[in-house]
Amino acid sequence: MATSSTIDPMLPQPYLVREVSKETPDTFTLRLDPGNEARESVFRPGQFSMLWVFGVGELPISISGDPALRDRLIYTVRSVGQATHSLVNQKVGSGVGVRGPFGIGWPVEAARGRDVIVVAGGIGLAPLRPVIYQVLQNRKDYGRLVILYGGRSPRDLLYRKELAKWARIPETQVLITVDYGGIGWRGHVGVVTTLFKYSRLHPARSVAMVCGPEIMMRFVIRELETAGLSRDDIYLSMERNMKCAVGFCGHCQYGPHFICKDGPVFPYERMRPLLEKYEL
Amino acid sequence: METLERIIGEHPFFAGLDAGFLNLMVSCASNVRFTPGTYILKEGEAANTFYLVREGKVALELLAPPHKPIIVSTIGIGEILGWSWLMEPYVWKFSARAVDAVRAIALDGRCLRTKCEQNHDLGYEVLKRFAGIVEQRLDATRLQLLDVYAVRR
Repeated sequence: MATSSTIDPMLPQPYLVREVSKETPDTFTLRLDPGNEARESVFRPGQFSMLWVFGVGELPISISGDPALRDRLIYTVRSVGQATHSLVNQKVGSGVGVRGPFGIGWPVEAARGRDVIVVAGGIGLAPLRPVIYQVLQNRKDYGRLVILYGGRSPRDLLYRKELAKWARIPETQVLITVDYGGIGWRGHVGVVTTLFKYSRLHPARSVAMVCGPEIMMRFVIRELETAGLSRDDIYLSMERNMKCAVGFCGHCQYGPHFICKDGPVFPYERMRPLLEKYEL
Repeated sequence: METLERIIGEHPFFAGLDAGFLNLMVSCASNVRFTPGTYILKEGEAANTFYLVREGKVALELLAPPHKPIIVSTIGIGEILGWSWLMEPYVWKFSARAVDAVRAIALDGRCLRTKCEQNHDLGYEVLKRFAGIVEQRLDATRLQLLDVYAVRR
């Protein structure tokens, strides 16, 4: 049986689209599987793949599925350009090339025994969903799970059924807010940082994993530091234009780092000198 | 039974407040409740009260005729509702509606304004705490205005 570790990282593997489901008006979740081939899809939370849409191009997309389910790969994709539009409009049964998984993921194993704080903005929840799955499947190995999620509006929120399900699990706190709430919305309105005052954090025993627009992450870091979290316990998922995914091409260089190879998940302490630099 | 003094003293907004000032606050305070959907205060009306929210959620709304009101923010447990009572012309700039059943402590703004004028140490203490709230909300509003989740092309 071929596994991801024995495959040439530059060679796309054939996968079939098994399901495309609409999450929001512009965001879709795709389930891919290797068809009749006996091939396991092994990844760690926070890793990404390069998805090849034949005749269109290749895209770096975070894996948003459950790492325990090795017969499939799940991606949540926002349709914002030609390539993503083409990807989310693939018909069930059509082929997609997959390279990867690539990159350094979230420190889920290292967080055993500690509280896990997940802070996500917009589609940033997608790369964090595997973390949530893994923590919940090994519930006794972790302390509290706090999920703080901000979206643009109620209709832009991802995984709403799952969020509601997770909120009912003991020792799990899920807080959701939107920047713009319609009159019928009964939840919080305000940016994701406003949720911190309702969360019950124990900074000394917590690890925070943050993913969203970079500016949002900067504001979130301020809140985490104010709450008392150590910089060494804050992790960020960074995003730059990734092409080769293995650190050859340099497209995703960020200061001395290649986001594709050294990240996309980094400890905040390593990113801190770069985050406040202009035009980097 | 919980006394007003204890409730106010334990509210995060008044944490660490001098006992003498706390007594002055208590003399301007009362317990209030609002059922879901009730307007606690309305845009354009005289602002002579503020609230320490103890339970429930409040939506801050801005009138936007001919459309439905826009919710600009929500305020929850442990937070302060209303600061227009502190600044002239003492008129609400937003409306506030109880989303859930809301329990709060209402503080009489006229009563407190008078005490702050008479005792500037109290006035400075109150102003410092409100300035902190204003700063937090300004930060949040700036981030909200950036519309960070919108598609950038």
